[in-house]
Amino acid sequence: MGKTLFEKIWDAHVVVGKESGPSLIYIDRHLVHEVTSPQAFDGLRMNNRKVRRPDLTIATMDHNVPTTDRGLPILDQTSSIQIQTLEKNCQDFGIKLFDINSPNQGIVHVIGPQLGITLPGSTIVCGDSHTSTHGAFGALAFGIGTSEVEHVLASQTLWLEKPKPFEIRVEGKRKNPHAVTAKDIVLSIIKHIGTGGGTGTVIEYRGEGIEDLSMEQRMTICNMSIEAGARAGLIAPDEKTYDYLRGRQYTPKNYESLVEYWRENLKTDDDAKFEKQFTLHIDDIAPQVSWGTNPGMTCDVTETVPTPDEFSKGDPNQKKGAEKALDYMDLKSGTPIEEIKIDRVFIGSCTNARLEDLIEASKVIKGQKVSPDVRAMVVPGSQMVKKQAEEMGLDKIFTDANFEWREAGCSMCLGMNPDILSPGERCASTSNRNFEGRQGAGGRTHLVSPVMAAAAAINGHFVDVRKMDLS
Amino acid sequence: MEPFKKTTSIITPLDKVNVDTDQIVPKQFLKLVQKSGFGKFLFFNWRYDENENPKSDFVLNDSKYDDSQILVAGDNFGCGSSREHAVWALQDYGFSVIIAPSFADIFFSNCFKNGILPISLDQKIVERLQQESEPIEVDLENQIIKTSSEDIPFEIDSHKKKILLEGLDDIAQTYQFEDKISEFEKQSIIPSVL
Repeated sequence: MGKTLFEKIWDAHVVVGKESGPSLIYIDRHLVHEVTSPQAFDGLRMNNRKVRRPDLTIATMDHNVPTTDRGLPILDQTSSIQIQTLEKNCQDFGIKLFDINSPNQGIVHVIGPQLGITLPGSTIVCGDSHTSTHGAFGALAFGIGTSEVEHVLASQTLWLEKPKPFEIRVEGKRKNPHAVTAKDIVLSIIKHIGTGGGTGTVIEYRGEGIEDLSMEQRMTICNMSIEAGARAGLIAPDEKTYDYLRGRQYTPKNYESLVEYWRENLKTDDDAKFEKQFTLHIDDIAPQVSWGTNPGMTCDVTETVPTPDEFSKGDPNQKKGAEKALDYMDLKSGTPIEEIKIDRVFIGSCTNARLEDLIEASKVIKGQKVSPDVRAMVVPGSQMVKKQAEEMGLDKIFTDANFEWREAGCSMCLGMNPDILSPGERCASTSNRNFEGRQGAGGRTHLVSPVMAAAAAINGHFVDVRKMDLS
Repeated sequence: MEPFKKTTSIITPLDKVNVDTDQIVPKQFLKLVQKSGFGKFLFFNWRYDENENPKSDFVLNDSKYDDSQILVAGDNFGCGSSREHAVWALQDYGFSVIIAPSFADIFFSNCFKNGILPISLDQKIVERLQQESEPIEVDLENQIIKTSSEDIPFEIDSHKKKILLEGLDDIAQTYQFEDKISEFEKQSIIPSVL
């Protein structure tokens, strides 16, 4: 029987395999950031252990860096200590670090592909659940905890149970691809399969609706695999993938010979078997807006906030969850989504802060002003994205519309830095999690695409961007 | 790591589904560079009001559960962020067993690195356990939970069981395979980053 792409990558990385139980898997790329690594380096020190392969390890600081002027000191002392700790750890253990002043600094999942560090057919880990982003390049990429970070630093391997392959087919063509985006596709998928729908699996996204996407859009899809509970999400590489990585700063010297090998090997065999399947038809899907406190609590922009009964479809626990979510979000069932007023707009995060996201959002706001009731910010995913955007004059479009234009970092996606919501504030956000308090204690998050966030900023409430001319 | 073999205590019922790691330990407490002392931040936003006074309606603030070591929660426990701080907080607070119908993958794996036993059981059994007011015994060696009225067997992977029972250091185990790792590296086609 044939193998899935995931199984091929897995099999090519087994160092020690057993009949049952976990296998020892080799890790080709280890990305490190300031929040989930200090205890791992401490563990190495306590046991007199070294980093086995500093040459396969790259670090940056993204989670708690301020996104204001880089010339200013970091006022939050605990953030500052964490950043200094990463600097010292990288120095002590010989790891390449893109620090706060590096032109390569940025969200770890944005810079990996931009620098050509992410490679097809490789295994990539990071102490961050959104590592699944790199799966867009046909890599097996997943988030790990700090103990596993220590294990990879020490041994360049991990003991892993083999997840099950899950096929998600995205079929059809979007009628308006500028208004209905990759974010809407992935939110639709999570809405259907639920936040636990992918638990124990690696998703392979396939079909015309995926092949049509650019690399940056594919990253948005794979990024949110974890929000469906999947260990990883991946997409078979094609010429778009190989073109994207060609000639980048850290693209390997023997890249073309690797591409030849990948073209032959990195695809799911026709007779391969998936353990689970789901198909989404995208011809008629609408822009999505989350209304609750997990990404599965999402509906079309044209719909109304559902009742707990409509959402839960008879499951009493889900019903309780929906009641609690509506209470937290201060929303009434039956309210049209387009009537929900917002206070803040955040365009940023590893989900949606790449150049294309900023270009698309800028088309919505060009020549307009942010609603006087709204505070809006754009936080580019990396300093490279920021520079490219500025060369195109996008910063001017955003600032002319009264958006704040910031330095790169995770920013208000998780609010570990000074960028947070105040209690009760409602935000249209291009990030990935609408959990209670995620963007600030008491803050209310609605997940949307960059164009939907931009349109909400101008109007002060959600609007269906399909009504706008975005070509 | 401290070995885990058996524990007996009353359960703490947390009647919620999809409890994410942002709730278990909110992000403002992730800036510490050590592993200890996270217990006081456990479920912080559910436990305390905006003035940091305990909320009387949250289960952890009920003193009858003060000595409980067993948390019984709803489906998909530990979803979201990979932060191991969530497990450090549960452990530091005093929990050594978490029972739920299902767990998110990364959280589940993080538990075993810190001597916490996560047990997934059928939804109906979990609902029964949430009503249990008498102490229950969780026996890892024999893979059985004993309540005042029933014995409930549970499944666990044999490798994970051994790690908990013996409190094994994962990395030391892996170093036994160092020659295999070196052998693998010789034939790998993925080059160094730098």
